[in-house]
Amino acid sequence: MVSAVFHSSVDAAPAAATQTPKPLHRPATEATVETRSNMTVKPAAPRTPRDFSGLWLAILPPVLGLALLVVIWSLIASTGNSGIPKPMETWQQAVEVFSDPFYSNGPNDQGIGWNVLQSLQRVGIGFGLAALVGIPAGFAIGRFEFLSRMFNPLISLLRPVSPLAWLPIGLLVFKGANPAAIWTIFICSIWPMVINTAVGVQRVPQDYMNVARVLNLSEWKIFTRILFPAVLPYLLTGVRLAVGTAWLVIVAAEMLTGGVGIGFWVWDEWNNLNVSSIIIAIFVIGIVGLLLEFALIKLASLFTYDEVKA
Amino acid sequence: MNTFAMTTKYIDIQGVEQTFKTKKGLFPALREINLTVAKGEFVALIGHSGCGKSTLLNLIAGLTTPTQGVLLCADKEIAGPGPERAVVFQNHSLLPWLTCFENIYLAVERVFGGKENKAQLKARTNDALAMVGLTAAAQKRPGEISGGMKQRVGIARALSMEPKVLLMDEPFGALDALTRAKLQDELLDIVAKTHATVVMVTHDVDEAVLLSDKIVMMTNGPAATIGEVLSVELPRPRNRVALADDAQYQKYRKAVIDFLYTRQAHVEKVA
Repeated sequence: MVSAVFHSSVDAAPAAATQTPKPLHRPATEATVETRSNMTVKPAAPRTPRDFSGLWLAILPPVLGLALLVVIWSLIASTGNSGIPKPMETWQQAVEVFSDPFYSNGPNDQGIGWNVLQSLQRVGIGFGLAALVGIPAGFAIGRFEFLSRMFNPLISLLRPVSPLAWLPIGLLVFKGANPAAIWTIFICSIWPMVINTAVGVQRVPQDYMNVARVLNLSEWKIFTRILFPAVLPYLLTGVRLAVGTAWLVIVAAEMLTGGVGIGFWVWDEWNNLNVSSIIIAIFVIGIVGLLLEFALIKLASLFTYDEVKA
Repeated sequence: MNTFAMTTKYIDIQGVEQTFKTKKGLFPALREINLTVAKGEFVALIGHSGCGKSTLLNLIAGLTTPTQGVLLCADKEIAGPGPERAVVFQNHSLLPWLTCFENIYLAVERVFGGKENKAQLKARTNDALAMVGLTAAAQKRPGEISGGMKQRVGIARALSMEPKVLLMDEPFGALDALTRAKLQDELLDIVAKTHATVVMVTHDVDEAVLLSDKIVMMTNGPAATIGEVLSVELPRPRNRVALADDAQYQKYRKAVIDFLYTRQAHVEKVA
C-alpha cells in the first residue's frame, strides 16, 4: 500500500509543483522502517529523510525555464500574423519528421537523420584536419619564442575574420561545395586550438621544466611526460571551443553551399515556407551542439589535475 | 675569506657574482661568493629572505649561470644542470599526473636506464620509496598524499639518482613543525647511511644547527655575500632531544641568531 509512493523521482516532480513545501515525514519512511525490523521502531519520523530539496533544485528550474520558452513561443504564435507555428503544431510535425529520419528520395530530399550525419561528417573532417595542424602548431608556437613572435601577428589578423568570408576562397581553390564547407570549418576551428595549446605550453610551471632540466630529460621525454600532460587541459578547452565554433559555422556554410546537411535543410524548408521544420531544426542543432559540448567536457574532466598547486 | 683547509674541495665556488636584469635595471643579487664544500659535508645556507641563498643554490645546481666567477664540482666546471647534482625543490615539484612510483622511476630511468634492465630500475625505485617509508603510497598520485609525504617523495626522487651532491631548497619550509622535525630526523638517518654531500637552503636556525657540519650565514641583499661561516662540531648521530639542553648546541644556536638578528637585522627597516 505504502510501497510505490515516493520512490520514483520522476513521479515526484510534478507533484511538488502543486504542493510546494515538503514536510519531513512521508509514507516512505514507514516502508523503510518495516524492512529494517531489527532497529528500534520508536523514532520513526525523522529517520532516513531522503532529501528531495537537491532534486527539486536540479529539476524544477530547468523545467520552468523550458515552460517559459514554450509560453512565450505560444504567445508570439497566437498573436496575429507572425507566421510562427504553435508549439503543438510543431510537435506534431516533429513526430512526423522523426518517425522516419533516414529516408532518402534523391539528393535533395533526405531524412533529417541523414542531414545531421552529413553535417557532422563535414564538421568531423574539417575539425579533424584543424586539430591535426593546429595542435602541433600550438605546441611549436608555445615552445619557441621565435615562432610565437613570427605567428602572433598572423593569428591576430586572421582570427577575427568571419568564417563565411573564407567560403569563396574555398570555392575558388577547391572547385566544389563540399570541400569548401570543410575548408571553412577547418579555418575557423583551427584558431582556438592553436591559441589554447600555445598558451598552455607557455604556462607550464617553471618548476616542472626545472625538474626536466635537472634530470636532463630528452626532448621526447619532456614532451610525453611533462609538456603534453601539463598542456592537455588547455588543449581540451581549445578543442571544445573549436567544436562549438565548427558546429555554429556549418549551418551557415551549408546554407550557402547546398547539398545535404542540416544547414541546407533549414534553407530548403524556408523555401518551402515550412516554418515548423525550421523550428525543429533549431532544436536539433541545439541538442547536437549540447551533446558535443557535454562529451568534450566529460573528456576534459578526465584529464584535469586540480592538485597541481601546492 | 673562508678558505677552510678541508681535505677535499668537492664543490669549489670562486669569486661568484650574480646580477639579474630587471625592468628597473641591473639588480646585483650576489657578490664575491667564495665557498668550498668537502665530500660528505652537510652545509646549510641561512639568511633573511631575499639574501640570495636560493640564487646560490640554483647556481650550484646549474639552473642559472653566474655573471662572474667559476663554480666547480669534482674539479669540473658546472656548465648546466645535471642528475649528478640532484635538487629537492621547495614545493616538491612532483608531476601530478604520475604516481609516486612513476615520478621516481622517471629519474631512475634517466640516470641508470643505459646500463640496467627494467627489473633493476624498478628495484631501485622501490628502494628509494622504502628509504623514505612510502612503499605503501607507491601507486598514489601526488594529489592523494599529504604535503610531508610529497616532500619525502621529492627527497626519494633526488636520492634515487645517487647524486654526487644533494641540493635542497628549503625542503621543509612548507611543512608544519611536527612533520618538519620528523623529516629532519629521517634526513639525518639517510645522510648518515649514504654519506651524501648536501647543500641546503634554510631559514630555520634549529634546522641548520641540527643538520649541518657547516653553516654559511649570508648578509642581506642586494649584493649579498657570505658574512660568516660557522663550523658545527657536534658529534653524530645527533639527537634533537639530547641536544635541546646541550651547551655546545646552544652556543651554535646563539651564534647564528646573533648574526641574523643583531648584525643583519636591518631587513625589516628596508621592507
